Amino acid sequence: MNARISIDGEMTIYRAAELKERLVDALAECDALLEVNLAEVTEIDTAGIQVLMLIKREALATGRELRLLAHSRPVVAALELLNLAAFFGEPLLVEGEP
Amino acid sequence: MTDLQKELAAALHAFIAESRELLEAMEAALLEVEHGDERAENVNAIFRAAHTIKGSAGLFGLDAIVAFTHGCENVLDAVRAGELTLDDSLIVLLLSCCDHLGGCMDALERHPDAAPETLGAEGAQPLLTQLRRYMPADSTEWRGTLAAPQTPLERMGGRGELGSSLWHLSLRFGANVLRDGMDPIAFIHYLDDIGRIVHVQTLPDALPDALAMDPETCYLGFEIAFDCSETKATIEAVFDFVREDSQIRILPPNSRITEFVDLILSQPAAGAQRLGEILVACGSVTERELAAALASQAERAQPLGEMLVQSEVVQPALVEAALARQRQIGDKQREARHEARTVRVDADRLDQLVDLIGELTIAAAGSSLLSRSAGHSSELSESTARVAALVQEVRDSALQLRMVRIGTTISRFQRAVHDMARELGKDVTLETSGEDTELDKTVVEKIGDPLLHLVRNAIDHGIESAEQRVAAGKPARGRVRLDALYDAGAILIRVSDDGGGLSRERILAKAVERGLIAPDANPADAEVNELIFEPGFSTAEQVTSLSGRGVGMDVVKRNIAALRGTVSIDSLPGRGTTVSVRLPLTLSIIDGFLVKVGDSVYVVPLDMIEECTDFLNGSALGTHDYLDLRGEVLPFLRLRDTFSVRTAQAPRRESVVVVRHGTQRAGLVVDALVGEFQTVIKPLGPLFAHLRAISGSTLLGSGEVALIIDVPALLERVATDNSHLRLGAVH
Repeated sequence: MNARISIDGEMTIYRAAELKERLVDALAECDALLEVNLAEVTEIDTAGIQVLMLIKREALATGRELRLLAHSRPVVAALELLNLAAFFGEPLLVEGEP
Repeated sequence: MTDLQKELAAALHAFIAESRELLEAMEAALLEVEHGDERAENVNAIFRAAHTIKGSAGLFGLDAIVAFTHGCENVLDAVRAGELTLDDSLIVLLLSCCDHLGGCMDALERHPDAAPETLGAEGAQPLLTQLRRYMPADSTEWRGTLAAPQTPLERMGGRGELGSSLWHLSLRFGANVLRDGMDPIAFIHYLDDIGRIVHVQTLPDALPDALAMDPETCYLGFEIAFDCSETKATIEAVFDFVREDSQIRILPPNSRITEFVDLILSQPAAGAQRLGEILVACGSVTERELAAALASQAERAQPLGEMLVQSEVVQPALVEAALARQRQIGDKQREARHEARTVRVDADRLDQLVDLIGELTIAAAGSSLLSRSAGHSSELSESTARVAALVQEVRDSALQLRMVRIGTTISRFQRAVHDMARELGKDVTLETSGEDTELDKTVVEKIGDPLLHLVRNAIDHGIESAEQRVAAGKPARGRVRLDALYDAGAILIRVSDDGGGLSRERILAKAVERGLIAPDANPADAEVNELIFEPGFSTAEQVTSLSGRGVGMDVVKRNIAALRGTVSIDSLPGRGTTVSVRLPLTLSIIDGFLVKVGDSVYVVPLDMIEECTDFLNGSALGTHDYLDLRGEVLPFLRLRDTFSVRTAQAPRRESVVVVRHGTQRAGLVVDALVGEFQTVIKPLGPLFAHLRAISGSTLLGSGEVALIIDVPALLERVATDNSHLRLGAVH
């Protein structure tokens, strides 16, 4: 069973605890592919990136897959800056609507 | 020793020599600034010296020296930026820093095998603490160097001087930075403003599993290849706010491979291998370099500091590059091509060569004598004449090898004058000339202390206090001059001051007190001045810490006499004092002139001879020992009487050799003139030490011994004899 969630607003330290909980739960609920739509993310910081990286690693460790979709500009900028495109295994060109 | 170790040892020697030159330059520049010449050029020279020493010291793993020069450099950087002025106290402090580094170089020379990372650590901290007081309190640089000495220091210039400007940053942010409201991404983003991020690797290795992970704790690390032409300070400043609990390592461009190894080893074992790969990915290190360095580390399992040095072997090109850069700086001070054509030779080998040439000279003289007595083979005499000419040339060039500029000795005095003037609270400048005058190496080495003593006397006793000077209508700042020049086959070194001059009354009083002269004597001024060369003579009214401790002018005179030199003093009351030191050009071989008295042969140093003339019976003026030389009155001595030669009667026709030393001239009456002779000076044994008027002996070609006449001593005798005559005439 695949799952799909959307995150909107800021992915920052202020919401890091909530985001982690949501994503960990979402990953637990699916058994193959978790798609996360980032189109509405207005801001992302290290805390946000860190949570995404945690989920990506957890997914790989448990034989599942995390796919980030429709990265908003701030997300693209952060992933590019930290050279994390390869880590998430995504082409960053996917933009806009899924 | 392997070839590589030899190369390294040679490089270390070059480093020590170059560093000493840089320290001298730094000292000279500091003193110029002190004399009011605070040009950017001087400040730059000071900075450059500290900077270059730091860079090269890093290559040899001399971490304590690196840390120390780094401290100096920080202060100098602030001076350069105009945030700090080079005032007197800072100059004194920086001079002390020079001394400390000089001491480090000495220690390094003595114990090249000592642990490099701690060499010079002793005594550095108090100076660094003092230096730190000059820095603004909020200066971040200092936290790096003092509070956390383990922070890797900039090694190789760090300004891209070797071509590359690729830095490597290794960032491990503290766990609380996110909670403290700081975002590592923002820092990395800011880097883009001061340079170009070439490559970033984000390391999630520290990220725990989902359950244990605290979303508000920072777990990420970053390895960044960063192209930037700013200084290390600027880059460090980016991380100011997170420095406290983060691990920020900044490796400057061209950092040594071992620093990366260091970085890798600082990681937990599991992360090490990965970090290595990341460094390769960043392009900061090549795979081959890394493999080699890691392998050697594993093999030896020795302290990292030691390996830092040995690992230099991996990159000898870097050592060369740094030394080449030092040379460039040195070249600006010297003539451009000079350096490349200079060979450093062990002084002992030179001495040995000169000794051998001395023997060769004697042997050649012997064979030429034989050829003359062997008959009339023109070919043989032609050949021996040619050999003799060549021997003379070889001798001259060998002696030339031993000649060194007196400038290096003189320039050291600037510092001494600065220290002394400071201690005595006087304002004194030292002006010098004739630094290019060349002297035999041994003479230069041995004349340093006597000269320093003379300079010290000039400042302590000669120059008056500023108030006294102003009252006497002189400029408040006293002047001491030191001049070196060639004069009549000798070197003349003058130490003069524009102080109060010698006080005739005080010297006389002292001399009477010491029983040197009778209370009612009335000697000439020149004789009074000579009195200060008597043992234990000091006219200073108060004994200062610098002089007046009983090491007096007599010691100076004795030291100079030991170099076959003479010293004299002139003084004008209220105008100043001049001490003149005359030294022979060389100590071992001279051009001599042979003269005969009875059966004995004597040598007169050729360069002291003005002329030779016939001594006609009756040319003596009356019964006195004076003769009329083309209208001039010339005192003379009969060597026959002087040396009590009793063998034969004086021939009907005698000759006069006119000699000069300084301003004194006299004639020496001899039986016959023999001719020029290359004279190898052999010292007289202790048995003859009391002999005046003989300075040594030499071997003639025939194997005979000839005595070398000490012209200055003879002239002195002439002068004394004459003063008796004069006094006799007065009565």
